[in-house]
Amino acid sequence: MTATPVPATEVPDEPEDPAVALADLAPWGPWRTGLAILRRDLFVTGREFPIFLAQVILQPLFLLFVFGKVLTELGYARPGYEQVLFPGLVALAAVLTGLQSTALPLVIEFSYSNEIEDRLLAPLPIGAVAVEKVVFAAMRACVAAAVMFPVGIWILGSIPWQASTAAAVVVMTVLGALLGAAMGLILGTFVPPNRINVTFALVLTPLIFTGSSQYPWPSLSHIRWFQVVSALNPMTYVSEGLRGLMAPGVPHIQTWICFVVAIGYLVVLMVVGMAGFIRRALG
Amino acid sequence: MDRGHDDRAGGDLVPPASGPQSGTVLDTGPADDGPPAVEVAGLVKRYPKAPKDSLAGVSFEVRRGEVFGFLGPNGAGKTTTIGILTTRIRPTRGRAKVAGVDVVADPVAARRVLGVVPQQNNLDRSLSVRQNLLFHASYHGVPRARRLRLADALLEQFGLADRPDGRPDDFSGGQIQRMMIARALMHAPAVLFLDEPSTGLDPAARLFLWEKVVELRQAGTTVVITTHDMDEAATLSDRVAIIDHGTLLALDTPAALVRGMTSDRTLDCTIDPGPGADSGSLGSALGSLEGIRHAERLDDPGWSGWRFRIYVEGEAAPFVAPVAHVITASGGRLTDVRLGEPNLEDVFIHLTGRALR
Repeated sequence: MTATPVPATEVPDEPEDPAVALADLAPWGPWRTGLAILRRDLFVTGREFPIFLAQVILQPLFLLFVFGKVLTELGYARPGYEQVLFPGLVALAAVLTGLQSTALPLVIEFSYSNEIEDRLLAPLPIGAVAVEKVVFAAMRACVAAAVMFPVGIWILGSIPWQASTAAAVVVMTVLGALLGAAMGLILGTFVPPNRINVTFALVLTPLIFTGSSQYPWPSLSHIRWFQVVSALNPMTYVSEGLRGLMAPGVPHIQTWICFVVAIGYLVVLMVVGMAGFIRRALG
Repeated sequence: MDRGHDDRAGGDLVPPASGPQSGTVLDTGPADDGPPAVEVAGLVKRYPKAPKDSLAGVSFEVRRGEVFGFLGPNGAGKTTTIGILTTRIRPTRGRAKVAGVDVVADPVAARRVLGVVPQQNNLDRSLSVRQNLLFHASYHGVPRARRLRLADALLEQFGLADRPDGRPDDFSGGQIQRMMIARALMHAPAVLFLDEPSTGLDPAARLFLWEKVVELRQAGTTVVITTHDMDEAATLSDRVAIIDHGTLLALDTPAALVRGMTSDRTLDCTIDPGPGADSGSLGSALGSLEGIRHAERLDDPGWSGWRFRIYVEGEAAPFVAPVAHVITASGGRLTDVRLGEPNLEDVFIHLTGRALR
């Protein structure tokens, strides 16, 4: 029966005393508030969904096309390179979209629009506002990563894929999305607004090119210093993890190591990012 | 005291005061003898690396249902106090409660019972006016049917009903101010904090704002308002706290504050100083006239002449001629004179030794 719950929320003449009406919701307050804030973000993104899609598709689309298709067809990259590239680009889409979806809005909301104040004044812990930002950014990042699959099939003709590891691929992708969002949380709260342009240039480019998305990490053994640098980039473990799950024939870091390191990084980045957020939000 | 419980029927557009006193979140007793709206005791705030305290031990109470004015110059500690009371700034020491809820120990519960209208526009620019109100209410757990009804009522009440779907960026400063007040009222706060609400508003918008504050008070909402505008503080507030350098200097009704200022009358003189004239020696010459308590130069940047406020014993009119004489003797010219009762500004000058503006 659907008739019973409807009057409880929709009847026009619910109790007129606002304090009582709000107090009734008290035990669920912070959760409801967090979900309401998430609903706001989904509402705003949903309205601009085509723009959002264009935003997240364009860069990986060109990367796939130039590196996976053009260079291979011209003979500058060996056939089979797309096996290396595709899982790496899924990781890149997840991490980078996550990062941009937290860092940019946070800088704007804290420094220029002050929009975040209404959420900081909502009845939920300040840290929960940061968690919501990360969760929402990760959702965007997962969409961006998911979009890579049809785009990959369209451009490359086929993509490396194993049905048996599908669930693990999803988990690793979500992990990559969260990692990116947590990095964005740190950037968005620690970087002063007048430095954001410089910081993005200084952080994003090395992040993109040391994240093992365009090369398998184990094969770097004869460029030792670069291998060490790549090992420091959290994205490496997402790229390598996805590579191991989707194209096990390509050399890769063992999957369980990728999961452990990625989770470890996520915990550290979230702790640092939350501390920065709370410091920024509270005077 | 009329707490307006009966006014809560649908016809009343002003959201009535609510608070933990009648709810189950905080068991603080019946509605009419609950805790004060705001309790502050020994509040100290020192920002990191600051040489001295921004708040140096402030204590006061705001009664339920009153309009409480916080008067002080920029940097006096008003915004810091409001920041602490609204859970956005953590105090270094001291205790602060809003509607009986400790804002430091339980900021989440405090945010349910307070509403904030900040100095700067912080509306959600991605949402329409109406959506701003509705989402704010949903953050505060206001049930859907109630928030839909309340949003329409508040849009109407605040003169925004003709463009509910416009984006905040397309509205004037006065309209944005109204939107922010309407938004803050969506969760029926027990205490509404208005931080410098009339800064930057044109006179019409300011009057509209004042009307709304009066209506809120009538509906039983406690309003705490910070301002550096004497007229605003005197017109709106039931009681005024004067704060400077992080210290509370006085707290009373505007009338009592002025009464406490002795029964002096004032002469406000505008003077066109002659060449080489010295305001210090003119001030002491005026002050030495018999029957004059003291003469105070008012800071008025951007004013080419001088303004002096002269405090006299008894009636002010007989002093016009002797004062004019002294000014002429100093080489200056008296261009305007105004006889006045002491007002809040005089209280402020008396307490701090300087003018507010």
